[in-house]
Amino acid sequence: MIVVLVETDREGATLVSREALTFAREVADRAGAGPLHAVLVGPVADDVDAALQGHLAEQGVAALHHAVDDRLTAYAAAAAAAAVVDVVKTASPRMLVAAGTPRGNEILAHVATRLQVAMAANVVMVDSDDPLVVTRQVVGGAAQEEMRLDDPVAVLSVAGHACDPRAAEAATTPERLEFTPTLTDADLVARVVRVEAEAVDDSAALTSARVVVGAGRGAGGPDGFKELLELTDLLDGALGVSRVVTSLGWRPHHEQVGQTGSRIAPDVYIPCGISGAIQHWAGCSSAKTILAINSDPDAPMVTKAHYAVIGDLHEIVPAINEELRRRMA
Amino acid sequence: MVNVLVCVKRVPDSSGEILLTADEQSVDARHVGYTVSPHEECAVELAVQIASATDGTATVLSVGSEDAIEQLRNALAVGCSDAVLVEAETDRFGPADVAAAIADVVTARASEGTVYDLVLLGNDAADTGDFQVGVRLAYALGRPVLTGISMVEVQGDRAIARGDGPEGTEIFELPLPAVVTVMEGGVAPRYPSIPGRMKAKKAPVENKSAGPPTVGPGRVRLKLPPSQPSSVEILGEGPDAAPAVVDLLTRLGVVGR
Repeated sequence: MIVVLVETDREGATLVSREALTFAREVADRAGAGPLHAVLVGPVADDVDAALQGHLAEQGVAALHHAVDDRLTAYAAAAAAAAVVDVVKTASPRMLVAAGTPRGNEILAHVATRLQVAMAANVVMVDSDDPLVVTRQVVGGAAQEEMRLDDPVAVLSVAGHACDPRAAEAATTPERLEFTPTLTDADLVARVVRVEAEAVDDSAALTSARVVVGAGRGAGGPDGFKELLELTDLLDGALGVSRVVTSLGWRPHHEQVGQTGSRIAPDVYIPCGISGAIQHWAGCSSAKTILAINSDPDAPMVTKAHYAVIGDLHEIVPAINEELRRRMA
Repeated sequence: MVNVLVCVKRVPDSSGEILLTADEQSVDARHVGYTVSPHEECAVELAVQIASATDGTATVLSVGSEDAIEQLRNALAVGCSDAVLVEAETDRFGPADVAAAIADVVTARASEGTVYDLVLLGNDAADTGDFQVGVRLAYALGRPVLTGISMVEVQGDRAIARGDGPEGTEIFELPLPAVVTVMEGGVAPRYPSIPGRMKAKKAPVENKSAGPPTVGPGRVRLKLPPSQPSSVEILGEGPDAAPAVVDLLTRLGVVGR
């Protein structure tokens, strides 16, 4: 059995959780590692729950372990981990998988510590099943590590966009197994006491956007984003920026794409004035099509892109906006 | 008065081309130099700010080779008061081993009378990217832990922390002593001043050595991801390329959705 920790958003299971489910199912199918189970911690709204059931059915999940407790309403990593450990102890899976998100990695780190086993973060593939060897991203995706996982339960997170979510051949009707986790007061000490919801939707939109317009040092300053935001609007996309831009304080950190920001996988990524350092490439390399706009034809972003336009973004982007408006009129 | 311990890791500067050592066990940094991750630069800044705001101390620690003194001196130059270098053959250390080595120092210092109320680390090491040393350390010390925190302040015997969550900025309050891992974005690391650098040369550094690793990293080998040859199609130069760009975007189905 493989158990996958599932995170939810307004549309059911998050995209990266569905990727992790597909990743786990394909490992299970190939290695004959038995049924796929999911674990969900804490309450979800009814409409989200309905969408989640649909996603789990589509991914071929046999059972959903749902940890239900009033004390799980506010997020506490240790409490979530206690619930997941309960599932591991009752179901004895061969593998425990989560999406390689901040939460996924955090909860798995707690679980692995509690179980005194290793944890592999940001796995992109399973190399061999016996012994279990996985390949995972290190150095922000610039290198990879083959890592052995010899413990009775292998704990691993799946790197964002390491695979596309694919439906199982046969959909299932996941059995719902609600349980009350074993929580101690200590598990609830480090928990969210308040959420300030500002500009949040942007970062959520960034990781799931079909089009992302990128902006780097070439924007020139905090006032250099007007035409880029216009292009973002015209394409109904999201703005993502390089580390330089957030370090200089030109744009907020939650817009950063890269090793120390978000990992994106849009259909189209349009990096403008971004040189394409490894730190940035780590966050954008999963884009299906990359169209670079850069004044330097030798910039790594240009040579790694599928398409490029050479020149000053402040001349090119307004011309694209104009052309888009003309054709959309 | 808050005593902060901040942990940094000497890592290869990965902003350029990555090369591996012949034994495929580590990144070959001979030609690129070393640094610490942006997360850790922010952790050092927070440690210095908290120490200064509470009239406390900021101690910087590294588990690494003797060359990690360079990274410790950099942290001393921006305001840490003293340093601990735990010498270890880091290639053979896994995250559990690193956490154990740090826990040993925290415990030893406590028995000597210095309790670190707050231990700060980077959210993840820039090289091995394990995402777990802080959590393992917290369990070893029996303390609460937060990860991915961009801002932390101390008010009395509590830490108030902020970090990005899926639904907005999350605020945490937790009792000290605690462990917190830091993500960049909340504070801007300061640059060392000349007097700071002078002071760093004279600041006390305790040298320790870690025992042999008990768990290890599980590393079989490092490898480079398959590289793809450039097959970029240049659509044009300057604003004249706009129609070709819109043609492409239309073909890709992202115009007028």
